[in-house]
Amino acid sequence: MDSGLITQFIQQIINGVSLGSIYALIALGYTMVYGIMRLINFAHGDIYMLGAYVGFFVTTQLQLGFFPALICAMVAIGIAGVLIEKLVYKPLRASSKISILITAIGMSLFLEYTTMYFLTPQPRTFPPVLPNTIFHLGDVIISFQQLVILGSTVVLMLLLWYVVQYTKMGKAMRAVSYDTDAALLMGINVDHVISFTFALGSALAGAAGVLVGIYYNTIDPLMGIMPGLKAFIAAVLGGIGIIPGAMMGGIILGVVEALVSGFISSTFRDAAAFGILIVILLIKPTGLLGKNQTEKV
Amino acid sequence: MKFSHKAALLAAAAAASAAALAGCGTAKPAGSSDLIIIGANLEMTGSNASFGTSSLNGIHMAVEDANVAGGVLGKKIQVIGVDNRSEVAGAADALAKLAESGVAAIIGPDTSSNVIALASQAAADKIPIVSPSGTNPAITVDPATGQTREYLFRACFTDPYQGRVMADFATGRLNAKKAVVLVDNSSDYSKGLAEFFTKEFQEKGGSVPAQEAYMARDVDFKPILTKAAALHPDIIFVPGYYQEVGLILRQAREMGITVPILGGDGWDSDKLVEIAGTANLSNTYFCNHYSQEDDNPKLQDFIRRYEARYGAAPDSFAVTAYDAAGLVLEAIEAGRSDKPADVAKALTGIKGYDGISGKITIDSHHNTVSSGIIMSFANGRRTFIERIDPE
Repeated sequence: MDSGLITQFIQQIINGVSLGSIYALIALGYTMVYGIMRLINFAHGDIYMLGAYVGFFVTTQLQLGFFPALICAMVAIGIAGVLIEKLVYKPLRASSKISILITAIGMSLFLEYTTMYFLTPQPRTFPPVLPNTIFHLGDVIISFQQLVILGSTVVLMLLLWYVVQYTKMGKAMRAVSYDTDAALLMGINVDHVISFTFALGSALAGAAGVLVGIYYNTIDPLMGIMPGLKAFIAAVLGGIGIIPGAMMGGIILGVVEALVSGFISSTFRDAAAFGILIVILLIKPTGLLGKNQTEKV
Repeated sequence: MKFSHKAALLAAAAAASAAALAGCGTAKPAGSSDLIIIGANLEMTGSNASFGTSSLNGIHMAVEDANVAGGVLGKKIQVIGVDNRSEVAGAADALAKLAESGVAAIIGPDTSSNVIALASQAAADKIPIVSPSGTNPAITVDPATGQTREYLFRACFTDPYQGRVMADFATGRLNAKKAVVLVDNSSDYSKGLAEFFTKEFQEKGGSVPAQEAYMARDVDFKPILTKAAALHPDIIFVPGYYQEVGLILRQAREMGITVPILGGDGWDSDKLVEIAGTANLSNTYFCNHYSQEDDNPKLQDFIRRYEARYGAAPDSFAVTAYDAAGLVLEAIEAGRSDKPADVAKALTGIKGYDGISGKITIDSHHNTVSSGIIMSFANGRRTFIERIDPE
């Protein structure tokens, strides 16, 4: 390898990690909801889109900066997530898994096209709320925005890890995930735990929406479809239901996409992402961090 | 039991779609009422919404101008606009809807993929379709058979022409030897234009060491831009649409890529300026159908009225749609009939129509011959660089 190739390689890793950390933030919500309810919430990508729009209105209409936008979006989208759970998924909790799954797809389309109806399908551009300083490390380029995305993602993941591992609610979440019926018998309010999980997962997606809006500068009502699918792959790759797995899966997927685009062919980028999903499902369906479980009888 | 239920559903669905198709085949006979209906099948929502919205404005203005002048064949003209959601399936739905409304002709879709998808249905319905800005050659000539499609027309130049104009500009004025091409793999327009540009650029002695692909709605172009930058090209050619191109321009400049970036008429939208940011538009050039600085009095009058009415300067999609509507009305007048099949015949013979984008002639392959205009940006405003007339 000559030095040009090494520089290119490092640059592609940086590109991949900044893209992957966004996949990871979205994947966390997928994985948490799956861990608690065994539901793949296909509306999750659109919840992320709503987060981007909240961030957009906070920065343009209220003229606030990056942190207020991030906090407002996380609170608003956390509430939206709970509302969706209460109004849409809770009445179906006793129904078959497939009806809830189809409802989730319906919810996804509902969010996309309602947003399109009220806010028009035209893409909108974020105002520059973060300085766009570029740092040169030799020939490698890293922007201040990339650092902010990475930093925010790491902080949010640490917070989530603290909540899940060290708080009473986190303990309850782990208990419900392990065995819902036993948790119920132990006096855990399962409804509350599920709502809390939705709030947490949606808030993270909302944060991802704002970060993407600022980083890529453009948002539109259908922006959640592809990242939603990619985050789903990331969650499955890491082991769906496992929180560190979602982080790992997201970063791996981002890096693989960047390396495939950079060194093989950009035409194969999405094929590689979906190929990973197929390979994982064939070889290790429980994901990289998943343990093989025997079906409880 | 489960299976037979499914089979029954499938059969019902098949029957329903067959009925729907049969319905499309018989357009109501036009010509009896005292109204001529022009359909518009346009990208009013979705990722190319800026194109369709502008085109519909242009069509409305053309039809109002004709009505003020007394209509055509003594009849008033009415426009029915149907949104195709910037999707192939949406364009087919819109065609079916318009075919049932007894239209004399349909204007749109604007984007090549959406027009090409309608070819066989337009022939079955015998309704002429005039695309204001569909530049892919496969719109008017079937690439499999080499036959001209009887019912498909356009009001603008083609991609082989546009590709040649940009390759001439790149090798001539910019003195470029090496180009990297970034192509939107989900668009016939982008793939076609990339191919014609590459062919011309290579024939003029240039080399194209890499063609990188992206998809519509992508937001992260840094991996392909990193790869492109490593090849040290003299120019980058991006024959895409404004939403992705805006992001590509922004990310390229952020990554320190300062070489000229060139593109085609898919760039022509105010959204491009908004997404890319004014500062990132320096040293970029694209091929367009018209320039605001063209002093043709008819065009200047149109620009003035358009700005007064819609609060923004018209883009080329408004201009070519105005001319597309003008061509249809001219064909109805010339053929003395508003029956769709007659309109199609009359369209084929139009020579030297005095449109606002210039003189328009429709040749035997249903292609129009018009000038390519190279534009750039100065402080976020489109500026005229050079006009290249067909030989």
